[in-house]
Amino acid sequence: MVGTRKGAFVLTSDGKREKWDVSGPHFAGWEIYHVKGSPADPNRLYASQSSGWFGQQIQRSNDGGKSWEPVGNKFVYDGVPGTHQWYDGTPHPWEFKRVWHLEPSLTDPDTVYAGVEDGALFRSTDGGQSWQELSGLRGHGSGPRWQPGAGGLCLHTILLDPSNPDRIFIAISAAGAFRTDDGGKSWRPINQGLTSQYIPDPHAEVGHCVHRIAMHRSRPDVLFMQKHWDVMRSDNAGDSWHEVSGNLPTDFGFPIDVHAHEPETIYVVPIKSDSEHYPPEGKLRVFRSRTGGNEWEPLTKGLPQSNCYVNVLRDAMAVDSLDSCGVYFGTTGGQVYASADAGDNWAPIVRDLPAVLSVEVQTLQ
Amino acid sequence: MIRVVLPAHLRTLAGVGAELKLDVEGPVTQRSIIDALEAQYPPLRGAIREYGTGQRRAFVRFFACEEDWSHESPDAPLPEAVAKGAEPFLIIGAIAGG
Repeated sequence: MVGTRKGAFVLTSDGKREKWDVSGPHFAGWEIYHVKGSPADPNRLYASQSSGWFGQQIQRSNDGGKSWEPVGNKFVYDGVPGTHQWYDGTPHPWEFKRVWHLEPSLTDPDTVYAGVEDGALFRSTDGGQSWQELSGLRGHGSGPRWQPGAGGLCLHTILLDPSNPDRIFIAISAAGAFRTDDGGKSWRPINQGLTSQYIPDPHAEVGHCVHRIAMHRSRPDVLFMQKHWDVMRSDNAGDSWHEVSGNLPTDFGFPIDVHAHEPETIYVVPIKSDSEHYPPEGKLRVFRSRTGGNEWEPLTKGLPQSNCYVNVLRDAMAVDSLDSCGVYFGTTGGQVYASADAGDNWAPIVRDLPAVLSVEVQTLQ
Repeated sequence: MIRVVLPAHLRTLAGVGAELKLDVEGPVTQRSIIDALEAQYPPLRGAIREYGTGQRRAFVRFFACEEDWSHESPDAPLPEAVAKGAEPFLIIGAIAGG
């Protein structure tokens, strides 16, 4: 399921993943930041549909995407919203802009979390009809000091701990990573070990531009992070982080993901810099580490190795759960690449979609 | 009956055609038309006016009888031709984006 600047597309294949059907655009003309299916019911899908003209919509499907219905789109901050910091450091009122990421519950198809800009987490327990803010996140104390990244003050990552229903990890650009251990009532920053030279205190409790966090469901205490600069790893549920950028050609980038069956195999797409949002040397390379970081190998077969100047955004990489693991990513140039052998060989599924914002995979029986 | 024309994306969202008809109670104003529109087509809530403030979204404009009413009071009576259904109330997506 591919979200783009101008609609959603569904790419379908059998287990061989050689031939693909492409359907879409769904919600043509709207920005689709994210589409994701419920792990508890694969027919239940949620999509974030937005427009600079007409605002935010949430779409829900009960039949695997054959039909959709708009559900609740009222995202109202809890209580008096207060302020966060604007780019120039002045106080700025919290304003809802859009939903970046939808994360359905692991167990209940009607429960879904929404990560929004300006940075906040909402939850629905009625299939998206109504939304309540988990305001302990903004309210835990550091909220007034959060500052937007270049893409806005977006809550873009939501990781639900499969072994502990009360534990959730989230990440916000450019506030950092946060964790709750009581189902979302209270939160604390988990940014110890992150170093960001571009902020006044490089080791601050908050203010780090975290781009993405990933985990393997068998080891939810092990987290991998692509920060603005630096690829990081935590072995204690975010209590502390250490750098695992190793031999990457650049440690700037957006997505990071974990192999479905190998918890120490991770993937990133290095990007030249924060001012040059394209791959180094015009070569589109996924880098894979089989050692949980530090030692990386470039994966290039089937990917353009000259004159390639696309970006891969933070929600635009996903893996399937087949054996061998499939890896997928989409680019701002509208290509969606797939590898059916864990990254050894790649091929484009489509080449000319609108800029890709998100890629998610459903592995159906 | 009041005639309302929606921009293409909102027609799709509401599941309606090029023009729709509404019963509006009381004075026919921008506010009363949009209140009735949102009541009959709930997916349009938040798409024309902001939640919370009730303000017109920045890139949405309202026209009636070839005049831009976007900056008029939402409670100002609209032209009789609109109130009688002779002319439609136009909700427009502003031309923007460069």
